[in-house]
Amino acid sequence: MQPVRASTCVMAACTTLEPMTMARAEEIAAEEFSSVVAKHRPRIFRFLLASTRDVDLAETLTQDCFLKAHRNWSSFRGESSAMTWLMRIAINLQKDHWRNRRMQFWRQMQSNSMGLDEASEWLPSGERSVEQQLLARERVRQVSKAVERLSERQRTVFLLRYVEEAELSEIARATGLSEGTVKAHLSRAVAKVRAELGGKR
Amino acid sequence: MIFKDKFEGHRSQPDELPTLAELNSELDEALANFRLSIHAWSEAAYSRPRTAVAAVAPRRVWRLALAWALSCVLIAGGASAGFWEHHQREMRSAAARVAEQQRLLAQHRDQLARQAEQQRLDEDLLAKVDKDVSREVPAAMEPLAQLMAEDVTP
Repeated sequence: MQPVRASTCVMAACTTLEPMTMARAEEIAAEEFSSVVAKHRPRIFRFLLASTRDVDLAETLTQDCFLKAHRNWSSFRGESSAMTWLMRIAINLQKDHWRNRRMQFWRQMQSNSMGLDEASEWLPSGERSVEQQLLARERVRQVSKAVERLSERQRTVFLLRYVEEAELSEIARATGLSEGTVKAHLSRAVAKVRAELGGKR
Repeated sequence: MIFKDKFEGHRSQPDELPTLAELNSELDEALANFRLSIHAWSEAAYSRPRTAVAAVAPRRVWRLALAWALSCVLIAGGASAGFWEHHQREMRSAAARVAEQQRLLAQHRDQLARQAEQQRLDEDLLAKVDKDVSREVPAAMEPLAQLMAEDVTP
């Protein structure tokens, strides 16, 4: 093993103790944010797509979500995970959009059932027979229909739990509800979905 | 037996959260398939080719139109202000030229008047000198003076 030169040590020390400039700090923050976007964007998009059932709207809301996150990135203190923080922004954006466009959305959903069919069309065939595939698609359609009829809060909780497979504590943090309230909403949502499936048998 | 009746036998406490394990196999499978289909749909939609040009929201169109209108007004205002300033400058320089010409003309008139006055004074002086000189001619030279006066007069 070669002895370390004294000059190398000094250089290393100087590099370590070098005061961080504002530009460098911003550069590091930008790199961090880029990695967060790359990591969480598909999941945020998926949640928004499942909630809105509109690809373009989901894309727009995803963009808005990350734009808002970027603006507030400096205020993110890591009290929750970045995913939970982003999910909370996405939920709020979706809620705002739902309030603003409530009537238009309903009219759109009433006029065509593309949203319901869309999800079931994407069910992977796996190794099922044609009959099994058709049955599975019908069940997915029924679940979609039931989810559509849920209240906004129940739907959010349901999708976070059964599509995003989030823990109850994570759902509670993302929605700003207590865990007990999350459980209650989830129970009611599952009961409605179950009733839809049972009623169609 | 309907689905709901089948499920109720599995739940131990009414307020307990139903997990996927607790749900019966049909609901379990339906939820799993729902999740799979949403994931597949999302993945396909996420990785689809996107157009570079995004649709402009109506509010942005209004803002854009307003910005254009303001820009046009500013440009037109700037141009007309420039023309007006240029016109004013031309007017000022023309007025200055006229004033200068009038000043020169007045100066010239004064000069002419002064010259005329000077000439008149000179003539008066010469006339006086002539008169004085004619008075001092000796009596002996009176006939010669008369002859000279006759020669001068046409």
